[in-house]
Amino acid sequence: MSDIVEVDARRLLCPMPVIRLQDCINRQPAGASVRITCTDPGTMNDIPAWCRINGHSVISSDQRQQEFIFVVRKNGDGER
Amino acid sequence: MTIKAVALISGGLDSLLAARLIQQQGVVVEGINFFTGFCVEGHTHAIRNRDRKREKRNNALWVAEQLGIKLHIIDIIEEYKDIVINPKHGYGANLNPCLDCKIFMVHKAHEWLEQHDFDFIITGEVIGQRPKSQRKRLMPVVASESGAEDLLLRPLCARNLPPTRPELEGWIEREQLLDFSGRSRKPQMALAARFGFEGYAQPAGGCCFLTDQSYSVKLQDMWDNRGHREYELDDIMLLKVGRHIRPSKAFKLIIAREEGETRFLSGYKRQFQTIKTVSHAGPLALVEGEQLDPRQLQLACAITARFSQGRDAESVELRFSDREKDSRNLQVKPLRAEQINPEWVIA
Ligand code: SF4
Repeated sequence: MSDIVEVDARRLLCPMPVIRLQDCINRQPAGASVRITCTDPGTMNDIPAWCRINGHSVISSDQRQQEFIFVVRKNGDGER
Repeated sequence: MTIKAVALISGGLDSLLAARLIQQQGVVVEGINFFTGFCVEGHTHAIRNRDRKREKRNNALWVAEQLGIKLHIIDIIEEYKDIVINPKHGYGANLNPCLDCKIFMVHKAHEWLEQHDFDFIITGEVIGQRPKSQRKRLMPVVASESGAEDLLLRPLCARNLPPTRPELEGWIEREQLLDFSGRSRKPQMALAARFGFEGYAQPAGGCCFLTDQSYSVKLQDMWDNRGHREYELDDIMLLKVGRHIRPSKAFKLIIAREEGETRFLSGYKRQFQTIKTVSHAGPLALVEGEQLDPRQLQLACAITARFSQGRDAESVELRFSDREKDSRNLQVKPLRAEQINPEWVIA
């Protein structure tokens, strides 16, 4: 399995964290995993929604104090 | 042959309906949503406590999910500055450059279409729906100045406009498009019911803060005081939050109105001088402007104390911090309501 790519979206408000995740995912090959750390509670809704819409998988989501951490796997087209 | 359309998705009902009408004709639709920094989405409900109870959702994502389409959210913060600062076609009722904004967004969508090999663009525009940017004579202006020309289709009012290329080429049937016009929302609501859409967003006014009068006043004040119109994302974010009070040309106070705003403003402690009440519960205030001299500091504290629980106390203790480096405590007598000059209050 490839290394996890990290995205720091702390202090950014929606939709910026979603945009950061999207831009990072677009640069990765199918199968890659991205971990994004956010502080906007809106991401709890928006990041899973963005993944559902675009056919990627949320592998895990965690809340630690004020931080929301998601691991997302990029699926290729056709894996929706 | 698969025909593909890119839909401008604002998160409102009109773009939802426009995209569904085209999907129904067997066209593959993907959505595109632009983030200008002024969007009402997201930020505001993340900031204010009283809004926290509301369901937090990004309406554009919600619309895309209803339609079952992919959504591409594009950050246009930098490029958009020129639209806000120098709109060729001027502003609407406030600092909203709607016509230039539409042209720009359709232009970006057209660029996207060329890069991704899509066939045409759809928007939820309706003739006469908005006072300035959706007048019938301006519809061709958007199509031509954006460069999209006859690849721009407005499914909700297409039958009131000359046929576009998707219609002429037979990619879609003109007869199945609609002829909405005017300000009434009833036809859209009836169509939503027919499609079975519920819980869609009902935006009041426009889709962004620039249509808001009090926001525009704050933006204009910022421009006037700086003597130029350049701005950064943080500047325009801070205009969405708090009470803005300018007791002198030298500085402005941004005073949180509630806990959620205090939390949000706390994120800026390293960039600003800040004031927070210590002896009483009260708001955090950011000082935007020059380094405060002792007299200005006294005044800034007395104003901040006015908005704390200690407003009627003889003396309130506050903590002043300079970008989290130096900090010290001060005692002041809060200003009385009538001592706050109404001219200081921007919004
Ligand atoms: S309301 Fe704002 S986002 Fe909508 S067209 Fe006008 S300027 Fe653009």
